[in-house]
Amino acid sequence: MKQWGRAALVVAAPLLLGGCGKQSPLSPKSPSSHDIAVLWWWMLGVAAIVFFGAVALLVIGWVRRDRPGLPFFGERESVNVGLVITFGMVIPVVVLVALFGISDLWLVTKTGAPAKGSTAMTIRVIGHQWFWEVRYPGTSAVTANEIHVPARTRVQVVATTADVIHSFWVPQLNRKIDTIPGRTNRVLLYADEPGVYRGQCAEFCGLQHAHMAMKVFAQPRKEFQTWLKGQEKPADTPATAEQREGRQLFLQNSCAGCHTIRGTSAQGDLGPDLTHVGSRTTLGALILPNDPRALERWIHDPQSIKPGAKMPALDLSNADFKAIGSYLDHLR
Amino acid sequence: MAVALPKAAEPRVDRLERIWKERPGVMGWLTTVDHKRIGIMFLFTSLAFFAAGGVEALLIRSQLLQPNGTVLGPNGFNEAMTMHGVTMIFLFVVPISIGAFGNYLVPLMIGARDMAFPRLNAFSFWVFLAAGIFMYVGVFSGNAPTAGWFDYVPLAEKTYSPGSGIDFYALGLIFAGISSTATAVNLIVTIFKLRAPGMSINRMPLFCFAFLAVAFALVFALPALTCALLLLEFDRLLGFHFYDVSAGGDTILWQNLFWIFGHPEVYIIILPAFGIATSIIPTFVRRRMVAFPLVALAELLVAFIGFGVWAHHMFAVGLSQVTTIYFAAASLIIVIPSGIQLFAWITTIVTGTPRFKTPLLWIVGFIVLFIIGGLSGVMFAAIPFDQQLTDTYFVVAHFHYVIFGAAVFPILGGLYYWFPKVTGRMYHERWGQASFWVSFAGMNLTFFPMHIVGLLGMPRRQYTYPGDLGWTGYNVVESIGAYLLAAGLLMVVANLVVSLFRGERAGPDPFGGATLEWATSSPPPAYNYAVIPKVSSPYPMWDAGDRDEDVANLAGGRMVLEQGHETPASTAVDAEWDEILDMPSSSPWPLVLAVAISGIFAFVLLEQWIAAAVFVVATLVVLAAWHGKEPAEA
Repeated sequence: MKQWGRAALVVAAPLLLGGCGKQSPLSPKSPSSHDIAVLWWWMLGVAAIVFFGAVALLVIGWVRRDRPGLPFFGERESVNVGLVITFGMVIPVVVLVALFGISDLWLVTKTGAPAKGSTAMTIRVIGHQWFWEVRYPGTSAVTANEIHVPARTRVQVVATTADVIHSFWVPQLNRKIDTIPGRTNRVLLYADEPGVYRGQCAEFCGLQHAHMAMKVFAQPRKEFQTWLKGQEKPADTPATAEQREGRQLFLQNSCAGCHTIRGTSAQGDLGPDLTHVGSRTTLGALILPNDPRALERWIHDPQSIKPGAKMPALDLSNADFKAIGSYLDHLR
Repeated sequence: MAVALPKAAEPRVDRLERIWKERPGVMGWLTTVDHKRIGIMFLFTSLAFFAAGGVEALLIRSQLLQPNGTVLGPNGFNEAMTMHGVTMIFLFVVPISIGAFGNYLVPLMIGARDMAFPRLNAFSFWVFLAAGIFMYVGVFSGNAPTAGWFDYVPLAEKTYSPGSGIDFYALGLIFAGISSTATAVNLIVTIFKLRAPGMSINRMPLFCFAFLAVAFALVFALPALTCALLLLEFDRLLGFHFYDVSAGGDTILWQNLFWIFGHPEVYIIILPAFGIATSIIPTFVRRRMVAFPLVALAELLVAFIGFGVWAHHMFAVGLSQVTTIYFAAASLIIVIPSGIQLFAWITTIVTGTPRFKTPLLWIVGFIVLFIIGGLSGVMFAAIPFDQQLTDTYFVVAHFHYVIFGAAVFPILGGLYYWFPKVTGRMYHERWGQASFWVSFAGMNLTFFPMHIVGLLGMPRRQYTYPGDLGWTGYNVVESIGAYLLAAGLLMVVANLVVSLFRGERAGPDPFGGATLEWATSSPPPAYNYAVIPKVSSPYPMWDAGDRDEDVANLAGGRMVLEQGHETPASTAVDAEWDEILDMPSSSPWPLVLAVAISGIFAFVLLEQWIAAAVFVVATLVVLAAWHGKEPAEA
């Protein structure tokens, strides 16, 4: 009985919590997402009327299954055809014209690419198999999977891809936009209030499409400026012997071929920029929470955590992994 | 025939039996050109693929039963997800609709003795079988495609999808396209030219209008797919750069070509189901369809407008706003013909005296599911909403309501409805109704929560998901629903298999059907009708005098055509008597040709160009042999 109770709770809990998801278009935190959510609720209302109306007709058909013809109108074929024309053509035309006007002529202008000059700042987001590279034009800051923006500020996201098609999607803040090879797409990012908003790649992009998530940290403007300044700096120098050992190992092994740590000789561009990896809250596009142990685990065997990721496992000793983990954790 | 034969007719019927008899045993099936036997082969083959696609679906649902599932792993999931889509669309729904239902029923409904091109018909079956095997050879040799059923480039290019999985997909679909094209051309000519004299176009059953629309849509839609796939294979096998941006190609070209095919394909999938619905409803509500001409027109319009809406699959691509608005408008317009059909069915049911037997239950279920799928579909014409919810589980819910609810439900209803005709035995009514309710519950339990989980932000096509986003409970329900749905479908299979051996004898017309197929015996003889039936309305079985006239004609030797392997041809619109067609008899060449073409595809896949060329020559030789002199009749 107890298990059944627990199972029922598992099934019911999300129903009760519905709409409170961290990645839910139904808990909008920006004007664009809010408009879309409102549009949804209206469409749902109209759809419910249509659905229950049609089902009511079927129920009438069942109740009157032994009597031909319609209630009140009897067996007049012209009335029957009139019903088909009214419900099948006239009413749909009215409803659809309204929908078209509201959503496709009016609302669409508010969720489209932001007009030139209408935004306060621009960030570049580049999709990779399977992480998001984030750049802040005009600064040297580069990060991955964790996008910091000032809250209550119109931010233009310029979305491109380094390989296949991805789709940049933070549902609480706006609709999605694909990143297409050879094309540059733009979308507005605006957060009503400071907070953390989860997003995820929405276009199937291969093996680890499921683990290509991101977080948007909308911060008070001051806090954001401080963060950005920190990210512009080159990497910290190691503070302990173990960290020095870790840096040495990092630069000697294949790590440096794929990753950049600004201020060192590591200048690879296949994997995420690690200059301030220690300041990030997660690893592997949100697959692990970031701490020294997780870093160590990740470096030790990325393939068992994120099978198919482009990062190979290295043939090093446990002490070596610990040293590299300690060094990277230090890069705040 | 429905009525006992008059004495004078017996020698004529005997003669027809002799003329139309095919070889016995396995050789008979391998060389058959009988549209009914070909239809049955299409049925069993596509049902086998349905089972395969179903197993893939259950694997997917098992993997997603809980967060961080480990049933399949990322590669296994991507294989199952891709093959589920490919199998269900290309190897199940389309072949069972046009290959099984179309093939078996269209000639019967129009009073013809076969399809217009019987050998082409056999060829299209063997090609379909070969293409299906071709793709599953890929799966079982560890080379399943993993780029999803719409296979976007550059993910599907060699750089990102090495190995031959995508080649099995692309070549397999080109291969299967040959089959669909052949069947479609055959249906068009059959419907235009082989209608019994008297069945002018306005007396043609709505079922045939639906199949006419589908056949035209296929003929015009498939070339776009074939072209897209050919360019892809040029890229993959020969190093071309059609889709390679770095060399001046374009990735969006693939999406345009694919969806120019892909959206009409949606209507290709559901229109046959509409045809089935318009056959079952009049029979069980015992009245004619309301607004017949409007429905016929709507069926054709849906197929036509369906070609102008493809870019609504691409609203998140970043197309210009003008483009998206145009395609949104077109997508809204197509709602109208669907609305007409929907309310024509509903009004017919309301104003008739329905008997809610198994086939009608599936159709009522279909109507309910189609309304839900249609309403969620309309929402995707709202561009901002589409851009928010596309590529989430909301869209997965939507198209399963349309494809499973609006296409597969009528197909299952149709299986019950025509089972007595094809086998001569009745299905079990009580178990039939139970199978419906279990499937209906399973269907909704599986797919309805997907709307919600999509609205909670769960993207489609991810092999796993974290447990802290509020998605888990819905996924549990969906997976339980999937197992229930599978149980419902197994009940359908069990019912029909047991009934095949132990069902009551059905007789020619167990339901009081309206269309001609109920005029002949169950199962129908090889020649379908001993006498070409008289037709004076779209409900010929309800014009009682006409059937008496058939019997008189048979006795008097009018419209019997027992001098050879013959069927009459009529004019395309008014169905006036045109000429007598000498129909081809059974032949091994369609099968041999399909084998030869299989050789071409197999060796292209292996990049053995010389061997492939040899099979091209072999194909030409077989084609020549096909058109050689027929062996004398035994």
